[in-house]
This record gives sequence, C-alpha cells and structure tokens, in this order.
Amino acid sequence: MAMSEALSPPVKSAEAKPARWQDFIQLLKPRVMSLVVFTGLTGLVCAGTPVHPVLAAVAILCIAVGAGASGALNMWYDADIDAKMRRTRGRPVPAGRVQGADALALGVVLSLFSVMLMGMALNWLAAGLLAFTIFFYAVVYTVWLKRWTAQNIVIGGLAGALPPVIGWAAATGTAPLNAWILCGIIFMWTPPHFWALSLYTSEDYKKAGVPMMPLVAGPASTRGQILIYSLLFTPLCLTPTLTGLGGPAYLAVAALGGLVFLLLAWRLFRSHAGEAGLQRKDDGLYDVKAGAKDARNLFAFSILYLTLLFATLLVEHLMGLKPLDLHAWGLLA
Amino acid sequence: MSDPSRETQAEARARRGRNIALALGLVIFVLLVFVVTLVRLGGNVGKNVF
Repeated sequence: MAMSEALSPPVKSAEAKPARWQDFIQLLKPRVMSLVVFTGLTGLVCAGTPVHPVLAAVAILCIAVGAGASGALNMWYDADIDAKMRRTRGRPVPAGRVQGADALALGVVLSLFSVMLMGMALNWLAAGLLAFTIFFYAVVYTVWLKRWTAQNIVIGGLAGALPPVIGWAAATGTAPLNAWILCGIIFMWTPPHFWALSLYTSEDYKKAGVPMMPLVAGPASTRGQILIYSLLFTPLCLTPTLTGLGGPAYLAVAALGGLVFLLLAWRLFRSHAGEAGLQRKDDGLYDVKAGAKDARNLFAFSILYLTLLFATLLVEHLMGLKPLDLHAWGLLA
Repeated sequence: MSDPSRETQAEARARRGRNIALALGLVIFVLLVFVVTLVRLGGNVGKNVF
C-alpha cells in the first residue's frame, strides 16, 4: 500500500471536488485560531515588557500558525469520527476534498515553521511552550485522550489554556505566576463550556463513539460536575485582582459575569438538559429544543464571559490603567 | 467515457489557486525571516560599544 493511501482515510472520491486553497485554510480551524490569537495577545500585552512591534506580530503569527497546525493534525487523525458527526462531516478530509496525507503534511510543516520562527524571533522558552502545546493537542488529546476517557476535554483543555503563557513567555522569556493564572482560568473554563455543549450534542458523539461525559456518566452527573467546576472557576477569575494583574474594570466584569455564570450553571443543574429527546434541532449549535436551553445558555454565556475577561485585561493594560492596590485598601496584609 | 488522466477545468483552477497560495506562503515566510533578522541584528548591534 502506498504511503499516501495508508495515511488517508477513505474518501467519497466520486463526489469529491478538487481541493481549493480555502479548504486548507479550513483545516487550520480559523475560529479556534482567532480565540487562541486573542488569549495569546492578552498574555503578551499583560506581560508589560516592551517588545518590538514586528517581533510581537511574529509571536502572535507563530501562535496562530501553531494552533492552525494542531487543527490540521487533529482533522487528519479524526477524519473517521468527523465523518460520523453532523457538526464535522463537512470538514475537508471527511468530505473528500483534501486527502488525509495532505492534511498531515500541512500540520507537520506548519508546526515546524511556527516553532522554529518563534525560537529565532523571540526566545526558545516561548518556542518550547508552543511545541509542547501542539504536541499536547495533536498527540495527547487527539490520539490518546479523546477516544479513551470522559476526562478528555478536562486534561486536553491544557492545550487551549497555554497560549497566554506562550504570549507572556514571548515578551519576557519567563512564565511567572500571573501567566499561569490566565492559563488556569481557561483550563477551568473548558469543562463547563464543553460539557454544556455536549449535553445537547451527545447523540453526535455517541454515533462517533467518543466517550463524552454525558454518555459515560450520564446527564445528571455531567450537570453536577458542571456546577462543581463553575464553583471553582468563578472565584479563580477574581485572582488576577489579587496579584496585580487585573484592575477595577476587570474586577467588575469578573464578579458580575461570575454571578451570571453561577446562576446559569445552577439553572442547568436543576434542569433536565441532556436527557433523551432533549437534543438540538439541527446542525446549529444554538438552535435547541426547549429542555436543552439551559445547556445552550451556559455554553453561549461561557464564550461571552471568557471573551469579556480577556478583553478587559487587554484594554486595562493597553490603556495603562493601574491594577487594584489591595494593600492600600487594607484588604491584604 | 472521460479520460481520468485529463484534468478538468475546475481541477486546473483549484490547482492553480493552491500553487499561488503556497508560493505566497513561502514568500511571506522568507520575508518574515529577513525582517526578523534585521530587527534582531539591529538591536544586538546597537547594544555593542565599538
């Protein structure tokens, strides 16, 4: 068997259209990439160290390309399960527009280029963290965790949480506590976010044989775990104000948004979301049946909340607003 | 029956688009390495006392 055949999943060659360059862009998961760019930029700006604008732009580009490379490797390996799920069956590899071997080649080449360029332009700590992130997402999460354990998105969430640390390391050559707090916020945000989604998309995951939490532990247990993670996540969002990272605007957004997040998690806990027959109506992520609306609401708000948290930090640091001085207020010894 | 070895117009157009995108990507990478070298070299040379 030729190497390319061994590396390519079966495709519907009769219906396959020739690959356009846009299909290769789709392999890079542009929507995920935009979130990663945003959090990486926040880390870079919050570091507070002046970086040459060209080097800062290169750092963000490397983070974006590294994330895209992970996406391509993920789409190559997961083509078989992507073909079974409504949300993913139109992706270039399962749809037969791009050969698996081409997706793999794109992922490997972009990984090498992004890590190399990050090391040469910024520093090798940032490059090492970027390489680790790509490895963690493409190998640890995609190849191992995703098909093996219901904790897949909990542990695998580390890959999505690391970009602020990479951005911070790119600016300073170090990864201090504040960088890891940003990482921790995204890490703890991931389970409530994805489990809320999987409560009304678990039929898809069932077809594909992916052991998402609602399928393994049941919807009631998943709703309980979402509430527990929400109780841990929301106070963690306040910690940047204690370490001099976040200012008054951040505190207001984190506190008010945190209360809404907890309220939605509580309502989801009390609901029957995820029970049989309460799945979504069609291919849309937001169009769900009445019983699953609490899950949809938390999923949608979780995106808004994380975006607001990082946007507020970004604006505060870009405008040079001072962080809260809790010592002066007598709140810290 | 059509000859499978003959490229259709759509395939040719798609291939041309892919080639242009690949060429652009490579040119951008080369330019990036060049600019990064200038910036890094400029900064390091500026630090030296001659």
